[in-house]
Amino acid sequence: MSNEKIQAGLDKYNASVEKATSRFPERSHLPEQRLYTPLDIKDTDYADEIGFPGMYPYTRGVQPTMYRGRFWTMRMYAGFSTAAESNKRYRYLIESGATGLSCAFDLPTQIGYDSDDSISEGEVGKVGVAIDSLADMEVLFDQIDLGKVSTSMTINAPASVLLAMYIAVAEKQGVPADQLKGTIQNDILKEYAARGTYIFPPRPSMRLITNIFEYCSKNVPKWNTISISGYHIREAGSTASQEIAFTIADGIAYCEAAIKAGLHIDDFAGRLSFFWNAHNNVLEEVAKFRASRRVWAKVMKERFHAEKPKSMMLRVHTQTAGSMLTAQQPNNNIVRVALQTAAAVMGGTQSLHTNSRDEALALPTEESVMIALRTQQIVAYESGLADVIDPLAGSYYVEALTNKIEKEAWEYINKIDEIGGAVAAIEKGYIQKEIQDSAYKWQMDVESGAKTIVGVNKFQIEEEPPKGLLKVDASVGVAQCKRLADMKAKRDNDAVKAALADLKTACQDENENLMPHILNAVRTYATLGEICGVMREVFGEYEAHVNL
Amino acid sequence: MEKRIRVLVAKPGLDGHDRGAKVVARALRDAGFEVIYTGLRQTPEQIAEAALQEDVNVVAMSILSGAHPHLFPKVVNLVREKGMNDVLIIGGGVIPETDIPALKEAGIAEVFTPGTPTSDIVEFIKANVK
Repeated sequence: MSNEKIQAGLDKYNASVEKATSRFPERSHLPEQRLYTPLDIKDTDYADEIGFPGMYPYTRGVQPTMYRGRFWTMRMYAGFSTAAESNKRYRYLIESGATGLSCAFDLPTQIGYDSDDSISEGEVGKVGVAIDSLADMEVLFDQIDLGKVSTSMTINAPASVLLAMYIAVAEKQGVPADQLKGTIQNDILKEYAARGTYIFPPRPSMRLITNIFEYCSKNVPKWNTISISGYHIREAGSTASQEIAFTIADGIAYCEAAIKAGLHIDDFAGRLSFFWNAHNNVLEEVAKFRASRRVWAKVMKERFHAEKPKSMMLRVHTQTAGSMLTAQQPNNNIVRVALQTAAAVMGGTQSLHTNSRDEALALPTEESVMIALRTQQIVAYESGLADVIDPLAGSYYVEALTNKIEKEAWEYINKIDEIGGAVAAIEKGYIQKEIQDSAYKWQMDVESGAKTIVGVNKFQIEEEPPKGLLKVDASVGVAQCKRLADMKAKRDNDAVKAALADLKTACQDENENLMPHILNAVRTYATLGEICGVMREVFGEYEAHVNL
Repeated sequence: MEKRIRVLVAKPGLDGHDRGAKVVARALRDAGFEVIYTGLRQTPEQIAEAALQEDVNVVAMSILSGAHPHLFPKVVNLVREKGMNDVLIIGGGVIPETDIPALKEAGIAEVFTPGTPTSDIVEFIKANVK
């Protein structure tokens, strides 16, 4: 059918519904059009813009065969209390069919404090596992073969230290570093912009990150050295387009820093990975995943002149949106997570964590985690959504929306370039303000009823307080402090002192790669707090400025 | 003209989740209050000191990390120790229902959990501020 004929048909259709639609209430959050046709994608060149899976610009997926070869990695984020408790949960997940581990650390660990630091009071073991030294890491991975499992660690400011601990545990298991598979989040820019667990100012933080890129490219080649994260930006309230735009802008900043440090783009770009949020609007999310791959491929090819195909592939881990879970009628969250899972799978994710129904209330119970994992397995094995590659390609709406999100992302990326790049845009508060404005708009839309959240602002019921929530007892903190004191009494304290002094000297020389020095300190059982303490002394600490 | 209500919005502890705190801060400002936001990682001592220096009527805290049983009461005690007996202290975040009675016992006037409209917080402050 020619475009003229389609246009004539569309005009006829529009005339036929004009009377009915004039009576519809205003619903500003809906897409501009109620119907999409071939006319909406008539300028999209299939070969150039959509193409084939495993081929530039990777709109349809990064692997040639996607889930026909194997499903995504079902990777459940877990960790709480002590290393021994978390080790039990990890082994339970592996026995239940999870195919990768994902470690959650408590806040003191994420900010580089030991459990016995006064600032850690009340936080030890709460949102993740407490790790003070190599001794805890040994317990965390007890009876888990690091040569077989792939492990993702949500750790940013002290990522270098936790990676060093992981390498050291593997050494003790007899697994060489070049066999290790996994990911460290290591994305400090989104910590400043959205997540809040920063330690050092941007410049030394970027140095630590490029040190890791360089060290791993030579010694831990299968390791994903960074997970450039839009997830938390979205959780903080951004839109879908902002999520991918700000994250890709962060990615550009990391590449520029690494190139400035003397690395070649194709030596590290293949180990960069991304982290997206799977939010409520299924079709918008699918379009977001597709658009993000296309934008990154173009950035790598056109801006950085990467040559290896791997450098141009946006590989992504996904987590369903925690901020969309409701405390009201928590079982409804099972349905939300199922739809978000569908979006991530049709979007072509490489791995996925599904949230549990009770996470707006507390850490998830084992039963809730099982339902969340089963949700992935049902989508994989029963739903048919994973049967063919990129099944929504060619949908007039999804292709048009993919184009729209890509266009909006470029506009933001160009704007950030004008400001001087992502680091400058964060220092000026631009990215934070954009996210805050979107978060406020969302909240006001929910309060006005423009946006409906089932059970929150519509279809509410009286509810009994939920029962059986998981609670981390305060005694966990006490026990962990005792463990730490016992370990310190047993280790060779002279060796620790010497290693920390050596690390300090290395920190002061900007041209020195810190990874070997950190690994050396970790092996002496120097604690996370001691190692980060040395770096705090030399590098100072970041201070945020908030404009409401 | 009546003096405007002054509110300190505070993030005690190490938790970095401040979407809620910032949204509430802005909603309170839009409702006509004067709002001071502390930023992240404030110790209870820093929060009590800021409440005193800023001469606020209300301290509104947010925690999503589970550290509220430890940190909320600590702030209340320090604020009262500094002689601010009339300051209204409220809290919010991911806080299980079962923890709320103990927090109220400790002097937290009200606890707002996920899904609360910001207008409820505004109304509560207007009705209870001294």
